[in-house]
Amino acid sequence: MSPARDQQSPVAPPSRGGGGMRLRGLIRKEFYQILRDPSSIAIAFLLPIVLLLIFGYGVSLDAEHVPIALVVEQPSADTASFTSGFHRSRYFEPVYLRDLREAEAALLDRRVSAIVHLRADFARRLRQTGGAPVQVIVNGVDANTGQLILGYVQGVWQKWLQRQALDRGDALALPVRLEARVWFNSELRSRNFLVPGLIAIIMTLIGALLTALVMAREWERGTMEALLVTPVTMREVLVGKLVPYFLLGTGGMALSVAMGTWLFGVPLRGSLWVLFAAASLFLLAALGMGLLISTVTKNQFVAGQVAILATFLPAFILSGFIFDIGSMPAVVQGITHVLAARYFVAILQTVFLAGNVWSVVLPNALALAGMAAFFLGVSRRKLRKRLE
Amino acid sequence: MEPSSATGSAERDSDAVLELRGVSKQFVVGRRTIPALRRVSLAVRRGRVTGLIGPDGAGKTTLMRLSVGLLAPDQGQVRALGFDATRESLAVQSRVGYMPQRFGLYEDLSVQENLDLYADLQGVPPAARAGRYEELMRMTGLARFTARLAGRLSGGMKQKLGLACTLVRPPQLLLLDEPTVGVDPVSRRELWQIVYRLVQQEGMTVLLSTAYLDEAERCDEIILMHDGEVLGDGPPGQFREKSRGRTYLVTAPGQRKRVVQAKLAAAAPVVDALIQGDRVRLVLDSEAAPQPAALLPGVAGVSIQSVPPRLEDSFVAMLKNRRAEDRGARPPDPAASAPARRRNGGGPVIEVSGVQRRFGNFYAVKGVTFQVERGEVFGLLGANGAGKSTTFRMLCGLLPASAGRLRVAGVDLRTAAAAARARIGYMSQKFSLYGNLSVGENLRFFSSAYGLSGRRQREQMDRALEQFDLAPMADTPSLDLPLGHKQRLAMACALMHEPDILFLDEPTSGVDPLARRDFWRRINALAEQHVTVMVTTHFMEEAEYCDRLAIMADGEILALGTPEEVKQRQRSAEHPEPTMEDAFIALIEGKGQTTASG
Repeated sequence: MSPARDQQSPVAPPSRGGGGMRLRGLIRKEFYQILRDPSSIAIAFLLPIVLLLIFGYGVSLDAEHVPIALVVEQPSADTASFTSGFHRSRYFEPVYLRDLREAEAALLDRRVSAIVHLRADFARRLRQTGGAPVQVIVNGVDANTGQLILGYVQGVWQKWLQRQALDRGDALALPVRLEARVWFNSELRSRNFLVPGLIAIIMTLIGALLTALVMAREWERGTMEALLVTPVTMREVLVGKLVPYFLLGTGGMALSVAMGTWLFGVPLRGSLWVLFAAASLFLLAALGMGLLISTVTKNQFVAGQVAILATFLPAFILSGFIFDIGSMPAVVQGITHVLAARYFVAILQTVFLAGNVWSVVLPNALALAGMAAFFLGVSRRKLRKRLE
Repeated sequence: MEPSSATGSAERDSDAVLELRGVSKQFVVGRRTIPALRRVSLAVRRGRVTGLIGPDGAGKTTLMRLSVGLLAPDQGQVRALGFDATRESLAVQSRVGYMPQRFGLYEDLSVQENLDLYADLQGVPPAARAGRYEELMRMTGLARFTARLAGRLSGGMKQKLGLACTLVRPPQLLLLDEPTVGVDPVSRRELWQIVYRLVQQEGMTVLLSTAYLDEAERCDEIILMHDGEVLGDGPPGQFREKSRGRTYLVTAPGQRKRVVQAKLAAAAPVVDALIQGDRVRLVLDSEAAPQPAALLPGVAGVSIQSVPPRLEDSFVAMLKNRRAEDRGARPPDPAASAPARRRNGGGPVIEVSGVQRRFGNFYAVKGVTFQVERGEVFGLLGANGAGKSTTFRMLCGLLPASAGRLRVAGVDLRTAAAAARARIGYMSQKFSLYGNLSVGENLRFFSSAYGLSGRRQREQMDRALEQFDLAPMADTPSLDLPLGHKQRLAMACALMHEPDILFLDEPTSGVDPLARRDFWRRINALAEQHVTVMVTTHFMEEAEYCDRLAIMADGEILALGTPEEVKQRQRSAEHPEPTMEDAFIALIEGKGQTTASG
């Protein structure tokens, strides 16, 4: 393969085995480009911070301090002791309104999310058999929150009944006593499971979207053609892209973990190295997808669109990051199995909130490894040293 | 000494560094198959500068990509430096330097970082780098700019940096794909000097492609390509000589040059008639001396002077012969079939005085003043970034001026841009029609956009189809048209509303010489109907077709006048008969020095 060249030629023979030098050159180039391109810095570092702040502080799936209207037609000692339960609860922000009509108007205006209505005969019928009815109207537009509010109202009512019974000195004859204990996220803070899931989203952005864009840019600007005519091999081109964006993704991950644990107080019960090992597998799968997308599209605009549709949005919606996969229709559940983010989110939530649960971590890590091998393998095959 | 390949057939040219034998290549786009190369055989010989000459779409880039193994041929064999370019592409790529048309400089890397990257990729040993860099920087004149980002370099400097990156490890064979496109004449000349130095001092073999026929004359050997086929190869002189004794300059005092040209083009023995300044250049089909009375009957004082032939004369003659074979001789139709639209009223149609345009603290146009008379063909000449397009956009009311006065068709653009626009036709540099609409649909859309409807719209569309020879392809999607036809369609669309003034921004770049002649014939016909035509170009010879022209550089007008005036003002001992390019270079260099030269 390396025949002797003309002796008279003044031209230096090409040095062989310069793979290390070529790879170093490619990686150094990539880092210069990352540092000088504000958009890659933004995607790698600014966007994670913004997302973490939004999900850490802004988005909450819990119903807390729910504004609630209390309509008491005939105030009495009994109604006062009943409504005081709402004041004590951290779930409610009660306001007193004069009549039902006013409360309905407030509900329509979304000033309150629920109405608790005590009729004029509440105190009288309380003492009679059959008891006093309490009307609860809940804004059911958001069904989940509606259910939560209804549950909380019932909780307040239950507590009040217990207190009433204790005051009267007789034990409440309940056949079953419910002692609830919440595992893993005992404070029931949604941020505790959102922030770990968010790491998967951030790494999808860096691994798939950013990589798809920068690779497509090489085709678009004609730099790829100039690269292809050098003695560089496609393996070197691929590794030259993988290494910088792998490091960038790991940086985004470290940033997210640090912000999650220190700023938002999310517990990290598993070990850090399990987390990073799983993240590395996921990152390789995401990078493989990004490289594949850009190799096929060769155009920044299309690559960006495809990357968002095929990686980012599914990671957001179908990974179990926000919406529980178990409550999705069977077909959609089937689709989630081809998403790398699904396996990663499962590992993340487990490692953060429960610890190194190998029965969860290992199968999911295996799936990630399989996907990484698949996508990197396919992009290696697709990326040929040809322009057609 | 040759590698394994030397064992090949005895008839192989032992001196050939690059050899193609019966190579065919086609591309499939959607449902169509486009043949890019058809059974091409050629050889590039060691230590020479070989020019690959042909218009856009001739197959030049495909040939280059095949030569470095970026494409695989459908048929035939490509051998470069003794290696099979398809099967041993890595071996070829580590010995050949190839500069693609849009060289992939990393614009966010500095000049030095680009060099370092390509030195790494080409495996240049670190010890050898300092010396090589110094040599390349001296050769390209970029030594002062090593820290500058490549994106901040001018077009000419970018090309030179691309060349330097390609040369960072001295290749045995250097392939340059249209290295001078969009480069100003001064940088163009420097690039050629570098190429010849490489051949003479480093013993390199160079294959370069170009669409400029005047550049072909600078090559040792040329390969003429057209429509994926090789029309011929040999030294440029050999082609030029085919037209010897058939080329003349005709002077007809007191006659309008466009009328003279049209009459001459229609005369029987004339193969080609071109306006050159205030004369007409003729190429005849035989060596018989032409008689003034036979060529221009009834015109007095005609003088005919024999001139040395140019490569373009022979190339155009070859193309015209082929075309005649292809579809039978087509009589040259004078495009004056359109109804005359003579409008009265003298005075300038375009008045520009002290116009400036600033972008931030950068002046794209700094204080430009000129006037254009009705029915004039006025040219704006300059390299990329000289301010031509900015001036154009201001004249079309697409961009407000930062300072100065602009009047078009008697209307101040500051106050009534919309009123002026109704009388303007504009054809932009890039093909700006809807590619997935058919020719007819494009015409209908543009005519309704200009407010035509009903019978008038139908009449205008029919006339456009007939006048621009577009009727046979009325239902073809415009994306599928050849480039020359696309340009014709774009011009037809710009003329739908019969504007008084037509702006053409680089209308002929990339179009083959025949299509260019056809295009100019139409421009001339319009001028004869008193339509004012303003055109930008970077083809120096096209400047000769204009009545008057302005040469721009760095946002300023360096010279203004008729082509003869502009050329004569640059007459010197070195150039007693300066061409437009000589004049242009002299002007730019004169501007660089502080001393103003005549």
